[in-house]
Amino acid sequence: MSAYWPSLFGGMVLGLSAGLLLLLNGRIAGISGIVGRLLGGHQALVNGAFVVGLLAGPTLYAAAHGALPAMTVSASWPVVILAGLIVGIGTRMGSGCTSGHGILGLARLSKRSIVATASFLLAGVATATLTGLLS
Amino acid sequence: MSPLAIARVTVALLSGALFGYGLSLSGMVDPARVLGFLDIASGHWDPSLMFVLGGAVCVAFVAVAIQRRLPKPVLDTQFHIPERTDIDARLVGGSLLFGIGWGLAGFCPGPALSALTTGLTPVLLFVAAMIAGMLLHDRVLAKSS
Repeated sequence: MSAYWPSLFGGMVLGLSAGLLLLLNGRIAGISGIVGRLLGGHQALVNGAFVVGLLAGPTLYAAAHGALPAMTVSASWPVVILAGLIVGIGTRMGSGCTSGHGILGLARLSKRSIVATASFLLAGVATATLTGLLS
Repeated sequence: MSPLAIARVTVALLSGALFGYGLSLSGMVDPARVLGFLDIASGHWDPSLMFVLGGAVCVAFVAVAIQRRLPKPVLDTQFHIPERTDIDARLVGGSLLFGIGWGLAGFCPGPALSALTTGLTPVLLFVAAMIAGMLLHDRVLAKSS
C-alpha cells in the first residue's frame, strides 16, 4: 500500500491545482485546451504562464526530493512521433484529455467527460495491452 | 495590465507549477508507469495510477462543490466552463484516438509537456508531433468538416 501514497498525494496536488484555477480564475485546468488556446493566440499571457509553471514541475520535484522523477520511454522514435500526432489530433477533436475530461469533467459529473474518459481509457488499455502481447 | 489580470496570470503560473509537481510526484510523468497501468495482461499490472485519478477527482470534487455556490470566480466576472451536454462522434472518436496514442507511448499532453525540461529526445519528438497534430486539427481538419 505504501507504494501508492506518492500516487495518491500527487493526484491530490493535481486536484488542488485544478481547484485553484477553477475557483480563482474560473477556468478549467485542461492541458490540451490550454495548449490549443495558446497555439491559437488566445489569452497568451495567462495560458503561457500555466505552461511555464507546468514546465517547472520536474525541477520543483528535484528541489524537493533530491532527484528528477523516474522516466523511461520504451517506445521507438517512429512510434513516439505517431503517438504524438494521434494524441494531438484526438485531444483537440475530443475537446479534452486526461486533465480536462479525466479530472475536472469527472468531478463535475459532466456526461460528455464521463463518455470521453471511458473512451480514452478503453482505447488506452486495449492499445497498451495489445502492444504488450505482440512485443 | 490591470491588477486583476496580473493576479490571474500569477494564479495560472502557480496552478501550472502545482500541476507539474503533482505529475512528477504521482508517477504520471513516467511513460513506463503509465503503460504498466494500461497494459492489463503484462502479469505485473500497476494499479497506482488509479490512486492518482482518485485523489485528483476527490479534491476537484470539493472545488466544484464550492464553485457551484459562488456567483463568480474570485478574479474574474464569470466562470468559463463548457456547457455542452451532447455526445457526438467527434467527442467519442477524438477520445478513442487520444487513447490509442496514449497507449502506444504512455504519454498524455500534460506529462509530456512537463517533461520537456528533462531534454530527453523522445519527449521532444512527442511534443513536437503533438503540437503538429493539434495545429493540423485546429487549422485544417476542424475547418474542412
